[in-house]
Amino acid sequence: MHRSADDRLFRMTTGIFAALVLLLVVGIGFELWRQSLLSIEKFGFKFWTGRVWDPVSGEFGALPFIWGTLYSSLLALLLSTPIALGIAIYISELSPRMLRQPLSYMTELLAAIPSIVYGLWGVFILTPIVRKLELLTPAALRKFPLFSGPPLGVGMGTAAIILSIMVVPFTSSVAREILKNVPIAQREAAYALGATRWEAIKVAMGYGKTGIIGAVMLGLGRALGETIAVTMVIGNNPQISLSLFAPQYTMAAVIANEFTEAADELYLHALIEIGLLLFIITIIVNALSRLFIWSTKRRLVNIISIPPVVEEEKAA
Amino acid sequence: MSYSGRRKIVSAIAEALCAVAVILALLPLAMILFYVIKQGFTSLNWAFFTHMPKPVGEPGGGMANAIVGTLILIGLAATMAVPVGCICGIHLAEYPDSRFASVVRFAADVLNGVPSIVVGIFAFGLVVLPVKRFSAIAGGVALGMLMIPVVVRTTEELLRLVPTGLREAALALGATRARAVFTVIVPAALPGILTGILVATARIAGETAPLLFTALNNSYWSTNITQPIASLTVQVYTYANSPYDDWHRQAWAGAFLLVMITLTLSIIARLAVRGLERMNRP
Repeated sequence: MHRSADDRLFRMTTGIFAALVLLLVVGIGFELWRQSLLSIEKFGFKFWTGRVWDPVSGEFGALPFIWGTLYSSLLALLLSTPIALGIAIYISELSPRMLRQPLSYMTELLAAIPSIVYGLWGVFILTPIVRKLELLTPAALRKFPLFSGPPLGVGMGTAAIILSIMVVPFTSSVAREILKNVPIAQREAAYALGATRWEAIKVAMGYGKTGIIGAVMLGLGRALGETIAVTMVIGNNPQISLSLFAPQYTMAAVIANEFTEAADELYLHALIEIGLLLFIITIIVNALSRLFIWSTKRRLVNIISIPPVVEEEKAA
Repeated sequence: MSYSGRRKIVSAIAEALCAVAVILALLPLAMILFYVIKQGFTSLNWAFFTHMPKPVGEPGGGMANAIVGTLILIGLAATMAVPVGCICGIHLAEYPDSRFASVVRFAADVLNGVPSIVVGIFAFGLVVLPVKRFSAIAGGVALGMLMIPVVVRTTEELLRLVPTGLREAALALGATRARAVFTVIVPAALPGILTGILVATARIAGETAPLLFTALNNSYWSTNITQPIASLTVQVYTYANSPYDDWHRQAWAGAFLLVMITLTLSIIARLAVRGLERMNRP
């Protein structure tokens, strides 16, 4: 009797600490909402569609920042997804066993490098390279909106490149884990039907599709919220443009740049409202990503818990 | 060409492209490390560690205050995140199948993905606004909240590596849950938990965004945690945005130090995890 009371107490006490983590997520949302009420009440939905950001006259429209965040993340994913999936496939399916560990570790090192170091490298090394490439762009191409505007080096293109590099390790490590968990029988079945190596890989990828979508979304979540590196290379100009050359602005960057300058309360609340939207978007993206990854892993682990026994019997 | 010949060629090309993808990812890694070492290591000297920043125009000076500031911020963050994160991790590992546990696990994963700048705003509203002053405490709270989910998840995972036999043996001897956890399971997993804390420290040591409007920055020597404090990351950010060559050199030196810190922490953690897995393999 005594012991079970003790155990209940233990469960309760540790449970309270666990509940703190839940509280933290809810608390962040509540606090951001509370601190942006002035702006929410004053501008309503117009905040999300307004194109003018003028702190002096007290007019706040966040559309250029939302555009910048979505566009830069989308471009980054276009670059990073094929590379990250290529890495995952190479490491889990193609590489010599000896290279597996070192390669996966090296690609994951990309995640360990601080954002500020990416930013510094971006400003002093990558930007001049991108500028040279922009100068080399033939005039025929520059008529397209994607390549219009003066070749400054800083701008959407540079930001997308930096973001894609930063996102790769997150997507590739999850995708690799999913592939590792796809039952070997799937590939063997494909080979038995006469598939080439690549066709067998496609079968394995299709089998873990949901999880791989989750891996890509995990990268998307990172790209949406990345702040410092992007702030340093995107040019910080609130305009909506398709051009890769154009200096633009993101939600995270405007918060980083203007937060300490926000002199009046409305200005501060407007910035926090941008933070609130960023929070909501990233929560949704991350939650979906985790659900996809979890459900795939659970399905795969349940399946492969049977075959090993069969194989052991065969060996015996 | 025959159909199967074409399929073989497609396969070979696709395989080659996967290898190219690896090179494409390792290229920027090599480039970044190369420049950080080239520009950073040559700018590093003894004064960097021992001197204060010099005003514009005067060459030399260092980041002594920022190095100490970063250490203080990490200390504050760890004081907050380690107890909460570890106990939460213990709960998840002990009662893994309850509905509550899976909700908390999910929340920790989601929290891990919340942009650090958003966490910074939260710390600003919680700590800075009420007293109307930027402070090291606010920076520590922001970093601590970023640290919690990492500590939670690694603690849980590594506690689960402890062989079930140990737990069952303790319970069979009549130990209560708490006793079994604190005298048998946690000590067995202690190297793992320390590793988790290292991983989390590596993550927050390089954070800049959440410090910009919590700890702010400080060009003077300060160890007072109720005042704004300098940090390596914010100092590098400030210097990188300045137009002065000498400050750029200092920024590279700071970046070199940051990369060294985070890479060392993650390499140690990596080796430790591998060692643990080997140790606990049946």
